[in-house]
Amino acid sequence: MREELFDAIRKEAERRRNEFTEAPVPKIHIGMATCGIASGAMETKYAFEQTLAERNIEARIHTVGCVGHCYAEPVVVIDHPESGFPPVFYHEVTAGKARMLTKLFLEEGDPRFEHVYGATVENELIPSVMEFPRFSQEKRVVMEKCGHIDPEDIYDYIADDGYSTLVKSLRMLPDEVIREVRDSGLRGRGGAGFPTGRKWELVRKSVSSKNSVSPIVICNADEGDPGAYMDRTLLESNPHQILEGMILCAYATGAHKGMVYVRAEYPLAVKLVTKAIQQAKELGLLGKGILGTDFDLDIDVFQGSGAFVCGEETALIESVEGKRGMPRYRPPYPVEKGLQGEPTVINNVKTLASVPPILKNGAAWYRGIGTKESPGTAIFSVVGDVIHPGLVEIPMGVSLRTLIFDICGGIPDKKAFKSVQIGGPSGGCLPADFLDTPIDFDSLTEAGAMMGSGGMVVMDEDTCVVDVSRYFLDFTQNESCGKCTFCRIGTRHLLSILERMTKGEGREEDPEQLELLSEDIRNGSLCGLGKTAPNPVLTSLRYFRDEYEAHVSEKRCPGRICRPLTAFYIDLEKCARGCDACVGCCPVDAIFTTSTRKKGIDQVLCVKCGECVVACPPQYDAVKRVSPPNLAPIVEKK
Amino acid sequence: MDETILAEKEAMLESIRSDVADFGKERRDLIPILQMIQERHAYLSPEAIKTVAEHLDIPTCEVFGVATFYNQFRFHPPGRHPIKVCLGTACHVRAGDIILENFERKLGIRDGETTSDKEFSIERVACVGCCALAPVALVGETVHGKMAPSKVEGLLLRIQIEKEKAERERREEEEK
Repeated sequence: MREELFDAIRKEAERRRNEFTEAPVPKIHIGMATCGIASGAMETKYAFEQTLAERNIEARIHTVGCVGHCYAEPVVVIDHPESGFPPVFYHEVTAGKARMLTKLFLEEGDPRFEHVYGATVENELIPSVMEFPRFSQEKRVVMEKCGHIDPEDIYDYIADDGYSTLVKSLRMLPDEVIREVRDSGLRGRGGAGFPTGRKWELVRKSVSSKNSVSPIVICNADEGDPGAYMDRTLLESNPHQILEGMILCAYATGAHKGMVYVRAEYPLAVKLVTKAIQQAKELGLLGKGILGTDFDLDIDVFQGSGAFVCGEETALIESVEGKRGMPRYRPPYPVEKGLQGEPTVINNVKTLASVPPILKNGAAWYRGIGTKESPGTAIFSVVGDVIHPGLVEIPMGVSLRTLIFDICGGIPDKKAFKSVQIGGPSGGCLPADFLDTPIDFDSLTEAGAMMGSGGMVVMDEDTCVVDVSRYFLDFTQNESCGKCTFCRIGTRHLLSILERMTKGEGREEDPEQLELLSEDIRNGSLCGLGKTAPNPVLTSLRYFRDEYEAHVSEKRCPGRICRPLTAFYIDLEKCARGCDACVGCCPVDAIFTTSTRKKGIDQVLCVKCGECVVACPPQYDAVKRVSPPNLAPIVEKK
Repeated sequence: MDETILAEKEAMLESIRSDVADFGKERRDLIPILQMIQERHAYLSPEAIKTVAEHLDIPTCEVFGVATFYNQFRFHPPGRHPIKVCLGTACHVRAGDIILENFERKLGIRDGETTSDKEFSIERVACVGCCALAPVALVGETVHGKMAPSKVEGLLLRIQIEKEKAERERREEEEK
């Protein structure tokens, strides 16, 4: 290997970095991943550019990826050393706020304390964000550089020690690389938790035993779980770490071809990863004879067309081959016979992104994080009814309570916690009793949920578990590829039972029927989709059976969510004369004025959207929601 | 009117034919070809599918089979302002279905349909990955987070006003 090749690249990266940091002008870092853009980061950036130009202020704008703090988007960090303040983290920076900060902070040196979230480093003037539990309790291994570097600039990654692990590992033998990964205990982060080192070993073995010429490395970024988006964020914030992981994997397994399988629904991720591959090629980190060695690797991007089942590895292979994405029988496993019959190693984005830190710091370091059986960190997208939703990377073994209440701030509006749904359509709903369960592969599976994709939806008391189960079954029923009868017809039947329950037409025997059918689907399906599809139903039946019974026998929805089982009415004692707030907001004109100039709801017209609850001024709080619907008093029209 | 539509269709097919010729003839090229057509023309017409089948030398039903399997492909032209309502888990918990219903009611079409003036179409999608902003709806490429039923009306009204404004400006331009 010719290390001088990489030394030159590293020098260039350091030169660029120094030029940026030492420039005597303020720096503005703006988070520009999809969620940032959705919250208006584009407008914010434009406002900064415009105001800087108008006021003739010199500053550098540095577009970075996502830090994972979705509740605070658009996130901006302003580093203005001349003002005497440390770099300041601002949250929810709208275009107007951007203009104001440019004028007051960049020009006049006033950081506007009322808008400051915290400083990014320890100092004496402004409390550091690192003291907040949302920051201090996280352990960033995979997402360490996310939100700090520009995903479109390979030099930014190299200046942060990127690709140096590759250089170090190219000096090792492939078997040594595999041993290191195996000793670290890294388990596949796609959900199933298969030991990564073992998988690589198997591929290497089948390569040498069959004299295969072209094994393939595939990065599985077909993130289909509706509610998880960490793979997208990683691809959009730090694509080079994933590429470095892929190159290391290819080196260890002897592959010369790589592929990133990413959903076409993630256009920004597709664009950034394509650009990253291009840049790596230009610097000789990909392509023929990487860094002067005789190791070649080419990586392509394949856009998945949106089928949940294609996250399953054999279905993914089918779809790359241009067929319907239906899982194959296993064995033979893809490690022996995968894409085009060649040995294929398929790893999740997070797994591959974990590899560079492991090889950099050693297996023992990685083993020191997390638990004995599940070392390392886990990334969750915590969403739903929590105060600080977003991506959280925590060491394995942290309890659900710490994650939901300490790190993510708990439930908003003083409501009570009801359940947490972990693992998306394959996972389960856990009630409050399980809040002290440690988060790792085995404990979650034992409780009935699963690690899955890392989607975590927190639900407060005003949610209905039957409705959530119905939602997931609607999803899996739609996404079932149709190969196995039990999955194809069984999920359809489960859905129709749940549908009639939420409509108040449930039958006495339905809960039992659900259990029997779920068992059959689980036993009669080939792939993970069918095997896990009944999980949402089974766990919620186990922990919230009383809610199912209430739907069936009392025609009542305890969470007051299932619309056929609820009604809205206006409490005439509380309603104010002459206030028209609810009338204006009703999308179907169902609210009328009574003879006493108060309001009533026409139950026939009402679509139960709940907009009047929001519109009613809090001092009156007159709109009530009840279940079953016959509890609503009848109000006469005049 | 019919003639212009026919001419448009013919032009589209012509461009598809020349674009498809750039691709290989292997089975694994099928999905990239379909994605290319959809990206350029927004949907897959039956004629387009037939062209692809001829190019790859496989039966038309095979192409249909693959295209209908994946959620990405659509077989009807979308409206000028395609509306996508996210129904991912987080959006569902935060009542995304009510947002969808409001769009349907206001526009008088169901999800998967296009209004008769071809202005709007509604589609439900499974997670656009902005869960922290739930419920989410997309109009064109723009993401609108933290939606509420009353915001639906405002969004449609804004598009209507912008359209009228553009129309007025165009007319003024002509008068000059």
